Amino acid sequence: MEKKAFKKIMSFGTAMVVAGMLAGCSTAKSASKGNPAGKTIKIGVNMELSGAAAGYGNSQKQGIQLAVDKINKAGGINVNGKKEKVTLVIRDNKTSTSTAASVAAQLVNKDKVNAIVGPATTNAGTAQIPNITKGAVPSVSPSATDPDYTLQKNGKVQDYVFRACYQNNFQGSTAAKFAYTNLKAKRVAVLADNSSDYGTGLAKAFKKSYKGKIVASQYFQEGDKDYNAILTSFKNKKIDAIYVPGYYSEIGLIVKQARQAGINVPIIGSDGMADPKLAQIAGSENASNIYYTTPFSTRVANQKNTAKKFMEDYKARYGEEAPTFSALAYDSVNMIKQAIETEKSADSVKIAEGLAKIKNFDGVTGHITVDSKHNANKPIVVETLTNGKVSAAKEIK
Amino acid sequence: MQTFFQQVINGLSLGSIYALLALGYTMVYGIIKLINFAHGDIYMLGAFWGYYVINVWHFNFIAALLSAMVICGLSGVIIEYFAYRPLRHSPRITALITAIGVSFFLENGMAYLFGSNARDFPQIVKQVNYNIGGVRISNIQIQILATACILMLLLQLIIRYTKMGRAMRAVSVDNDAAQLVGINPNLTISFTFALGSALAGAAGVMIGLYYNSIDPLMGMTPGIKAFVAAVVGGIGSVPGASLGGFLIGLLETLVQSVGLSAYKDAVVYVVLIVILLILPTGIFGKNVKEKV
Repeated sequence: MEKKAFKKIMSFGTAMVVAGMLAGCSTAKSASKGNPAGKTIKIGVNMELSGAAAGYGNSQKQGIQLAVDKINKAGGINVNGKKEKVTLVIRDNKTSTSTAASVAAQLVNKDKVNAIVGPATTNAGTAQIPNITKGAVPSVSPSATDPDYTLQKNGKVQDYVFRACYQNNFQGSTAAKFAYTNLKAKRVAVLADNSSDYGTGLAKAFKKSYKGKIVASQYFQEGDKDYNAILTSFKNKKIDAIYVPGYYSEIGLIVKQARQAGINVPIIGSDGMADPKLAQIAGSENASNIYYTTPFSTRVANQKNTAKKFMEDYKARYGEEAPTFSALAYDSVNMIKQAIETEKSADSVKIAEGLAKIKNFDGVTGHITVDSKHNANKPIVVETLTNGKVSAAKEIK
Repeated sequence: MQTFFQQVINGLSLGSIYALLALGYTMVYGIIKLINFAHGDIYMLGAFWGYYVINVWHFNFIAALLSAMVICGLSGVIIEYFAYRPLRHSPRITALITAIGVSFFLENGMAYLFGSNARDFPQIVKQVNYNIGGVRISNIQIQILATACILMLLLQLIIRYTKMGRAMRAVSVDNDAAQLVGINPNLTISFTFALGSALAGAAGVMIGLYYNSIDPLMGMTPGIKAFVAAVVGGIGSVPGASLGGFLIGLLETLVQSVGLSAYKDAVVYVVLIVILLILPTGIFGKNVKEKV
C-alpha cells in the first residue's frame, strides 16, 4: 500500500518535473508548492460550528454537504476526463480567530486538502489567510463580506482568498440608493451591529453613499435583546427609514420592538437578515414594510432552474426553506468544482488559478463572475417582507 | 418629557431582569463566598424549559413560569452538589474557576444538544400596548415588573420569617457557629442555590416572552451585568441586589438614549471599576449583619 502510494507520488513528481521543464521556470516553481491532488479531491471546511456565529456556520455546513453529496452522486468532479469523488474534512473553528488559524494549518498541512470552504465570518477568515497562503491552498468564504478581506495590506489581491458573497461597499451603496430613490427616504437612522466587520462595514458604506440626511447613528452588540431605549430615542427624530445592517437574530428583535413602540417606517437591511427565522422572531404581524438587499431570493429563485433545483433538494433533505447562508455555501463548493474542471486539475495551486478565472458561473445565488480583486460579482435583489412573507423582489441594476 | 418617561419604563423592565439575576449572585456569595458564574446559564435553562413546556405540553404562562422555577431550582441544587460541594474547603479561586467551567459546560452542552440558532419563544400572552399620556407600556412589561417585585418580596419574606431563612442568615454570618446550634449547612446551602436558581428560571421565562428570542448563549452578557448589579448594590445584600439591578438597567437605557449605544456595555463595566475603587462594599455593603 505504502509502496504504491510512493510510486504514485514519484510518477506524479516526474510528471510535474517534465511539465515544469516544458513550461519553463514559473510553473516549476508553482508545482513545488500547494497540495497536489490525491485519490479523491479533498475539500476542507473551516467553519463556525460552535460559538457565537454557529447558527450561520451550521447553515453553511448543510449547504456544503448538500453540494458535495450531489457532486458525488453524479460520480464526482470531472478532472481531465476522469471522474473523481470529493471527500469533506469538516473542522470547527469555534468562532475564534486563533482556532480558525490553527484549523487552517491543520487542513493545509495535516489533512492536505486541495481547497477550503469557509470561514463564515470575516474575522475568522482573515485569521486563516497566512496559513493557507503559506500552504498555497485556496479558500472560498461563503460570507466574509469585508471589502478588504481579499486584499493584502498594500492593496494587492490575496492570491488564495476568494468569496462567494458581495463585499460590503456594493451592498451598502445599493441599500442607500434604494432608500433614497425607491423609498424616497430623506432622513434615515442607522442602527448597526458593532460586533462584526459585517455590520460596521455596511454602515460605513451606507453612510458614504446615502444622499439624504443621517439623523442618528447607533450601535448594538451581537446577542443584545433590548433595543427599546435606542428605538425610543429614534422616535422623535422624524425618521423616514431605519437602516439595520446585521444578522437576523438581532434584527428580528429590532423589528419587533420598533413596531411595538409604534415606529412603522420602512426598515432596510442586508443579506444577514434574509432568513425565514427573521419573521419568526419578529412575529409575522410585525414583519411588514421590511426591505433587504440579498443575492439570493427565494422568489426570484423559483423562476430560475439552478436555484429552483437547489431549493427543492434542500427542502427534501433538511425539511426547511434554504437560508441564504446555505445557498452561498453551496455555491462556494460548486465554484471550486468549476475551477477544477476549467483547469483540468485538482492541484491546490491550479484551483486558485481556476477560481480567479470564473466567469458567468451559473450559481444558485445568481451568475457569478470573479473580478480581479477576487470579489464575486452578481446581480443584487431587494426583497420586501409583508406580514412575514416575501411579497416582492426587485432586481437592482 | 414623554420620551424621558418612556425611557424610564424601558429601563425599569430591563432592570427588573437584572435584579432577579443579581439576587441569585448575591445570595450564593453571601452564604459561601462564591461568585457563581454559571448563574446566567441557569437563566438560559429556564428560558429553554419554558420554550419546551409551552410548545410540547401547552402550558400557560403561570404554569411555565412555576415549572421553570422548580426545574432551575433543582438544577441549581444538582450543580452545587456535584461541582461546588466537593470544593467546599479548597481555595476560593478553585471554586470560582469551577463556576466558569460549569458555565461553559451548560452553554456548549445546550448548543450541542439543541443547536445554537436563536429560537422564537412561543407567544402565549398576547401583547397589548397601553398608552398613558404618550408613554407606551405593554402588558408584558407590567407583568415582568410585577412578577419581579412579587418574587423579590417573597424572597425577603422567606429570608426574614422562615426557619430556613434564619438558617441561611446564620450560615452566612458564621458557618461553624451555625453548625454548633444544629443547623445543617449543606442543606442550607442547597436551599440557597435552589432559591437563587428559581429566580433565574423565572427571569428566563419572562425574558423569553418579552423578547421572543432565546439561544444557548443568552445568559452570558446578562449574567455578567447582573453580577455588576450585585456588586453595585453591595454583594451579599439582598435589597442591594434589587436596587443594583434597577440602577444598571436605568443606566444602560440612559446611555443608549443619549446616543452612546456603542458604549453601553463599557459604561456598565466602568461603573463596576469605579464602585470597586471608591465603594468596594457597594451601596448596602456596610450592613454586614443583614448579609444572607
